[in-house]
Amino acid sequence: MDLTLKVWRQKNRNAQGALEKYNVSGISENASFLEMLDVMNEQLINEGTEPVAFDHDCREGICGSCSLYINGEAHGPAKNVTTCQLHMRMFKDGETIYIEPWRSAAMPVIKDLIVDRSSFDRIQQSGGFVSVNTSGNTQDANALPIPKMNADKAFDAAACIGCGACVATCKNSSAMLFVAAKVSQFAYLPQGQVEAKQRVKNMVQQMDNEGFGNCTNTGACEIECPKSISIEYIAKMNREFLAATFSTSE
Amino acid sequence: MSILDSKIPKGPLKDKWTNHKNNINLVSPANKRNIDIIVVGTGLAGASASASLAEMGYNVKAFCYQDSPRRAHSIAAQGGINAAKNYQNDGDSIYRLFYDTVKGGDYRSREANVHRLAEVSGNIIDQCVAQGVPFGREYGGLLDNRSFGGVLVSRTFYAKGQTGQQLLLGAYSAMNRQIGKGKIQMFNRHEMVELVKVNGKARGIIARNLETGKLERHGAHAVVIASGGYGNVFFLSTNAMGSNVTAAWKIHKKGAYFANPCYTQIHPTCIPRSGEHQSKLTLMSESLRNDGRIWVPKKIEDAKLIRQGKLKPTEISEENRDYYLERRYPAFGNLVPRDIASRAAKEICDAGFGVNQTGEAVYLDFTSAIKRYGKQEAAIQRLENPSESKIIELGEVIVESKYGNLFQMYEKIVAQNPYKSPMMIYPAVHYTMGGVWVDYNLMTSVEGCYCIGEANFSDHGANRLGASALMQGLADGYFVLPYTIGDYLSNEIRTGKISTDTSEFEDAEKSVADRIRKLINIQGTKSVDHFHKLLGQVMWEYVGMTRNEKGLKIAMKKIKEIRDEFWKDLRIPGDQFSLNSELDKAGRVADFLELGELFAKDALSRNESCGGHFREESVELDGAQKGEAKRNDKDYAYVTAWEYKGEPENSKMHKEELEFNDIELKQRSYK
Repeated sequence: MDLTLKVWRQKNRNAQGALEKYNVSGISENASFLEMLDVMNEQLINEGTEPVAFDHDCREGICGSCSLYINGEAHGPAKNVTTCQLHMRMFKDGETIYIEPWRSAAMPVIKDLIVDRSSFDRIQQSGGFVSVNTSGNTQDANALPIPKMNADKAFDAAACIGCGACVATCKNSSAMLFVAAKVSQFAYLPQGQVEAKQRVKNMVQQMDNEGFGNCTNTGACEIECPKSISIEYIAKMNREFLAATFSTSE
Repeated sequence: MSILDSKIPKGPLKDKWTNHKNNINLVSPANKRNIDIIVVGTGLAGASASASLAEMGYNVKAFCYQDSPRRAHSIAAQGGINAAKNYQNDGDSIYRLFYDTVKGGDYRSREANVHRLAEVSGNIIDQCVAQGVPFGREYGGLLDNRSFGGVLVSRTFYAKGQTGQQLLLGAYSAMNRQIGKGKIQMFNRHEMVELVKVNGKARGIIARNLETGKLERHGAHAVVIASGGYGNVFFLSTNAMGSNVTAAWKIHKKGAYFANPCYTQIHPTCIPRSGEHQSKLTLMSESLRNDGRIWVPKKIEDAKLIRQGKLKPTEISEENRDYYLERRYPAFGNLVPRDIASRAAKEICDAGFGVNQTGEAVYLDFTSAIKRYGKQEAAIQRLENPSESKIIELGEVIVESKYGNLFQMYEKIVAQNPYKSPMMIYPAVHYTMGGVWVDYNLMTSVEGCYCIGEANFSDHGANRLGASALMQGLADGYFVLPYTIGDYLSNEIRTGKISTDTSEFEDAEKSVADRIRKLINIQGTKSVDHFHKLLGQVMWEYVGMTRNEKGLKIAMKKIKEIRDEFWKDLRIPGDQFSLNSELDKAGRVADFLELGELFAKDALSRNESCGGHFREESVELDGAQKGEAKRNDKDYAYVTAWEYKGEPENSKMHKEELEFNDIELKQRSYK
């Protein structure tokens, strides 16, 4: 198939960016979206032009590196997939495709389609863990039975890949779904109880410090999330946050 | 006498690790604060080591080329992690896990290291559960297990098809806790490009900031390499696009011996390639072989019709299907180890029975499993005389609960529904058992330089069993290195801060800068990927699933030619001092082009078949094992460790003889 691509080019953090037009032809519908970009870049290199920079690594939908806004949708038109799992059979021959980076003040563009998501790391550093040191004497793993339903809920929350699509698609640039996923994972597990109150307060505080917006419950994040993380977890985090804020014990 | 000293402790096998831990030197908490350690790579091994070392009180500097440590490729491991917990009461024990791992590795691993791995395996599960890793559980609330290829017990713990992700996020969370405390300094988007040695000891690295292109000097009392495997030397593999050998290769060039580079694992269950544009291959977890049955058409005409798209697999009746693994290996059937399953797929496809357009695919069929589970479920629900369609409906729900995310992934990539039509699979390069040579303490042949996880060589021998990679990465990082490194560092408490204002650092930085300038200034006509693909084709053709003397010699010659051409005709647009992905790739491919030749040289030197290394000259000629791999313990029961001597072809071989005192060497039989 032949395609016209309008791609965001930006030299560095401080430069002004703009959309550039490129044509590609002979693309197989079995190719992935990123493989189509590989073809485009090979073409640019052969012309002596600098190829388009984009984040990508595992190319199987789990590392969370890829982060493209395709025709105005985070990770493109297919549901519940990352950009790397999107295949060209989702597009029509002759189509024009707009490709842009995530847009959020808390995730500035570094170059072309690459953004800086270190704000996510800093939120996790503020409390996204259980304070347990490595030790050969931790209690036996089966000494603490956990109801399957809770374990499954914790797993579904923990499936977050930290790609940032929730932020990119939110009109408020809110990171609530991302933060809620981590808070909820530990909230559903007994291991997370001891530090639960401090954790949710610290993580929400850091989220606000990073400049993410507030949640207005539009639910766009849930729709674009490649791992189908439910906004029920935001409700869970809100309950955790309220309980922590109004708790008298600490 | 070999110059390689493996430093295996004396005493009975089962006491070696305990005695060693009790006798090695310790560093006092007050001194740990003054000691710096560099860790390169943040996958399971690197992240668990960084977190544990920081918890102990050392100052850690961790480096990863990704934008966050959470993205290291351990995250993509699907199936599970082994541990000798015996929760299923099927007779598992530390000894059995040890035995299976040595046997699975075709008796080419180091006995003492493998036993230690089995000993700490249970601690890993305890540690991960304590961190809040959400493993799969049964309704009673206890941990569930599954069984994996090559063994007869259920000892694999899992988190759906995302076990690697959950384990890595666990280690990443432990790292985050220490980053927050300032005990780990994290360097994202940084690549290690040189090792710095001072008076023979590893004292730091030169790292390149991938966003700005600037070179940085980092000093430390010890350097730990945890940079993963080198499967991307084949261009197409299940590795991440950025996975590379660079850190391991840099220390090799500074004196660390590289062991058994030819031991590569070709994983049997991957999605077949679809065309020229293919940039990487996707694995389907081996756990699928628990319930899927592998087959090809019995009649070669049927295979042809399928390739032409004139016949559907569901139209082929039972008697016209060849379940070739069940036929050839009745005892293990579809659960034979990976090397055997892969080679069998290649043989049957080479014979003309392959199924997709390329002829390079076999079927993995869930129909039997769906019916079996459906009947069970119907009985549980007390349904009398359930219809065929009801049974299938019930069975599909059970199969979905077990493998839902894998089926979904398959459907996204191939656009076919695997519940209705069998999956197509074909082997792909997945894991490299070879790697940097290390002693029992995980120290390389460069003093103060350690290597852990997939990047080292020690535990898997010539073939790795399923669900053992995650185990080894975490064992090294959580429970081995943090102890053994102390023995070395106890002699460093008087050293003081490592200064980077020395001629050693200056020279190292200059050599890196010169090389980058050289790459940029070639200004030829071909892209990095062009050369990488050429290298991959040579590797797959001559150094892939089966190897012979003639092919390996051709490979060495061709790789050298590609390397020469690379340094003459490479084109890197853009400049050195900004984010430049082509330049990043060029540095990595330059190293692959050297490793590839050593890889072929190593395969040439080992004229026996063992594990993932199959030499056509060494097969059983008659008897029950006719056509199977023939190992040669008399001549080849050793580790090959290569010393760098300039050009790869001039590398010098050293041998570490393997001793097996607790295990009798047998032919692997899965029949």
